Amino acid sequence: MAEFEPKIVAFMCNWCSYAGGDLAGTSRLQYPPNARIIRLMCTARLDPAFVLKAFAEGADGVLVAGCHIGDCHYVSGNLKAEKRVKMLKKLLPELGIEPERLMLRWISAAEGERFANTMKEFIALVKKLGPSPLSVSARG
Amino acid sequence: MAEKKAERKAEEKEEEPRIGVYVCHCGVNIAGVVDVKEVAKYASKLKNVVVARDYKYMCADPGQQLIKDDIKEHKLNRIVVAACSPRMHEPTFRRALEEAGLNPFLFEQANIREHNSWVHMKQPKEATEKAKDLTRMAVARARRLEPQQKPKVKVERAALVIGGGVAGIQSALDLADMGFKVYLVEKSPSLGGKMAQLDKTFPTMDCSACILTPKMVDAARHENIEIITYAEVEEVDGYIGNFTVKIRKRAKQVLEDKCTGCGLCAEACPVEVPNEFDQGLGVRKAIYVPFPQAVPLVYTIDDEACLGCGMCEAVCGPEAIDYEQKDEVLELKVGTIIVATGFDQFDARRKPEYGYGRYENVITGLEFERLVNASGPTGGKLLRPSDGKEPHRIGFILCVGSRDAKVGNPYCSRVCCMYSIKNARLYKEKHPEAEVYIFYMDIRAYGKGYEEFYRQAQEEYGIKFIRGRPGEVVEDPKTKNLLVRVEDTLLGLPLEIELDLVVLAAGMEPARDSEKIQRLLRLSRSADGFFAEAHPKLRPVDTLTDGIYLAGTCQGPKDIPDTVSQASAAAARAAIPMAMGEVETEPIVAFVRKELCIGCRICERTCDFGVITMVDRKAHVNEAICKGCGACAAACPTGAMQIRHFTDEQIYAMIEAALREETEEGGREEVKAEA
Repeated sequence: MAEFEPKIVAFMCNWCSYAGGDLAGTSRLQYPPNARIIRLMCTARLDPAFVLKAFAEGADGVLVAGCHIGDCHYVSGNLKAEKRVKMLKKLLPELGIEPERLMLRWISAAEGERFANTMKEFIALVKKLGPSPLSVSARG
Repeated sequence: MAEKKAERKAEEKEEEPRIGVYVCHCGVNIAGVVDVKEVAKYASKLKNVVVARDYKYMCADPGQQLIKDDIKEHKLNRIVVAACSPRMHEPTFRRALEEAGLNPFLFEQANIREHNSWVHMKQPKEATEKAKDLTRMAVARARRLEPQQKPKVKVERAALVIGGGVAGIQSALDLADMGFKVYLVEKSPSLGGKMAQLDKTFPTMDCSACILTPKMVDAARHENIEIITYAEVEEVDGYIGNFTVKIRKRAKQVLEDKCTGCGLCAEACPVEVPNEFDQGLGVRKAIYVPFPQAVPLVYTIDDEACLGCGMCEAVCGPEAIDYEQKDEVLELKVGTIIVATGFDQFDARRKPEYGYGRYENVITGLEFERLVNASGPTGGKLLRPSDGKEPHRIGFILCVGSRDAKVGNPYCSRVCCMYSIKNARLYKEKHPEAEVYIFYMDIRAYGKGYEEFYRQAQEEYGIKFIRGRPGEVVEDPKTKNLLVRVEDTLLGLPLEIELDLVVLAAGMEPARDSEKIQRLLRLSRSADGFFAEAHPKLRPVDTLTDGIYLAGTCQGPKDIPDTVSQASAAAARAAIPMAMGEVETEPIVAFVRKELCIGCRICERTCDFGVITMVDRKAHVNEAICKGCGACAAACPTGAMQIRHFTDEQIYAMIEAALREETEEGGREEVKAEA
C-alpha cells in the first residue's frame, strides 16, 4: 500500500503568512505538496465553522497561519483567531478528532523558511496521526 | 442543448457563470514542473468552464489579450488564471477584465508558482495534481464571485514625513515644491539626521554639513513645510487619503517663537553631559542645540540633566525659557505618509573580540567622523582617546556587524567600504607619513566614481589593503597600543600588526524604534529587520499599506545618493494620489444580510474599529471606516454578517473543492483545451 498522504487545508492571511508562502516559493524552499491554501485577508475572518467544514469534508489536518502577535495588519485580528483556535481545540475531541490536527502558527512575510518548515512539520505530524477518523468515513 | 437550458435558467435567476480558465507556463517556471496542458484539459471539464487554455506568459500583452478576446467571443463572465501569486499579478489581470468590460472582481487567481511549482520542483506528478486542485478551488470560488464597486475617497492634499534626516528633508522639499502641505516630524531637536554627523562624503569629499545644511534651511523656509522637532508619532488612524495622526511634541521648555538661538543660555548653564551628536565624545550643556547649524535653531532643555537652577532663564533676553511648558499633542490630517526613520549604527560591543568599549583606542566610524570634524569635540584634530596623541598607525576593520551571521546580520551595509576608504584618505591627506591599513573581506566600490576613488586610495595614497577579517584585537595595557591578529588570505599568512588606533566600520541596523513605527503604521519588515517594500524591484518605495511610502535607510542600508534618489521617488509616489485628488479603495468590507440579522450585537462587540452600530435593531456597517478584517463575519452566529469578496459561500466552496472532485456532471459542448 502506498504511504498515507494526508490532505491538509490551510487558512492563511494575505499580509503575512500567505506572503511568507510566496517567499518560500521565490527562495525555492522545497516542502511536501499536501496542503491546499485558502487565502483570507486576515485570520480574524476564520469562522470556526470553516475548520469544522474542512474536517467534515475529509481534511486530515487544518493549518491556520497569520501574522505574529503585534504585527497584524488589522492590529488584533490574529488574537481573535488564536482564541477561536483554542476553543476549537477543546471542541475537536468531542467529535473524535485529535486536537493536534489543528495547528496555529504565526508566520511573517519575511519567514519563508519558517513557512516551509511549518509545512514539513505539520504534514509529518498528521502523517503520524494517520487518516482523520472523519476522513476515513468521508472517503467511504 | 445544455447550453440553451443554461441560458434559459440564467434568464430566470442570476446569470449562469461562464468561466474562462488560463493556465500560465511562466516560461519554464511553472511548465518545467507542472504539466500545464493536463491542468488546462482538466479545468475544461469543470462545471461552468467554457474555455480553458494554457499559454506561455499570461501576464504579457498577448496573454491578457487572450482573456479579453475570450470574454467577448465566449461571453465569459468569470476568469480564473492559474499562474503566480495573486500578490504579484492580480492587479494586472483585474485590469484586463476591466478593459474587456467585465467587473474586475469577477477574477480569481490560483497560485501554482510560488505555492506549487517552485516549492515542489522534484515532484512533478504531485505538483500537477496540486495545480489541478488549486485550479478547481479557484473555479469553485469564481462561480460565486460577485461584482464589486471600488469606493472612491477624497485625498487630503497634505503629507506626513516621519524622520528629518536627508531622506525626510528631500521628500518634504519635493512634495512642498509640488504644492502639497508637508508636516516634517523629527524626534530629535534638529533636522539633519546621521548625515549631519558626517565629516566628508565619498567620493567627492564634499563637506557633509556644507551640502546638507542648505537643504535644512530650505525646508525651514518653505511655506508649505511645517517642521515639528522633538516630536514623535503616537497614533496613526485611517487609510490612504484620510490618515489622522497624533504627534506628541515634547516640551523643549523653550518657546520656539521667542528663542533667537543666541546661545547665552548654554553659556550660563552649569551642567555638562555627553553630547549625543558627538557620539558622547564631547559635552553639551543641559540646555543645548545638538550642533551649531541646527534647524530650527531653538534651544532645548534636557529635562533629565537640568538642575532647575534658573541660570538660563536669568540670562535669556527674549524670555524664551518656560519651565512649565507641557508636551503638546497635535492632531494632523494627511493623505499620505512617507517613512524616513533611518538606521542606527551597529553596537560594536557585540563584537567583543575587537575590544570596543574595553579598549580606549578602538573607536567606530561615526566616532572617527566626529573626531576629524572641525566642529567636533577635538576641533578636527584626530587624537588618541587614551593619551591625546596623534596616531601614526591606524587600522580600519570592515564588516563589523555586517556580512556576519554570528551577530544576525548576514547583509552588507553597503557604505562601510567606501566611508572607511574615505576616512583613511582623509587622514593620509593630513598625515602622508602615517601608516594606514584597511582590513577587508571584499571591497564593494559599486557606485559612480567609487572604484576610481578606491584605486586612488591604493595607488596614490599608499593605503595598505589587507584581505582578511581580523580574528581579534588585543591591547597592550602599558602603551594602550593595539595588536590586530589577521590572516592575510591573499598571502595565506597570519599577521600581527601593531597599531595606535583601530576604527571599526560598524554597519547599519534598523533604527531601534523601528518596531514601534512598524506597529503604528502596520508595516512589514524583511528578514534583515528593515521595512519591507511592496515589491523589491517594481515597487521599491511603496509599502503594502496604500498611501504609505519608504525613503532612505529605513528600507535597507544605502549611501547618500541612493537615499536622496529614493526620497525623491517616495515623494513622487506619494504625490500621485494627492494630485489625483481621489483614489479608489478596496471594496473588501463587511456588509449585512439584514434578513438574517437577529440583532444580537456580537459583531458590534467583536469589532475593534467601532465600525458597527445598531440601526433599527439590526447591525449597520460604516463602510468608509471598515478595514475588512472579517472578525465580525467570523463571529456572527447566523451568517448575516459577511465580507464582500470573502463571503461564507465563497470560502465554503473552496474548502469543498480543496477536498473533493466535482461530482456534478461537468463539461460543455464548446469546451476545449488548447493544444
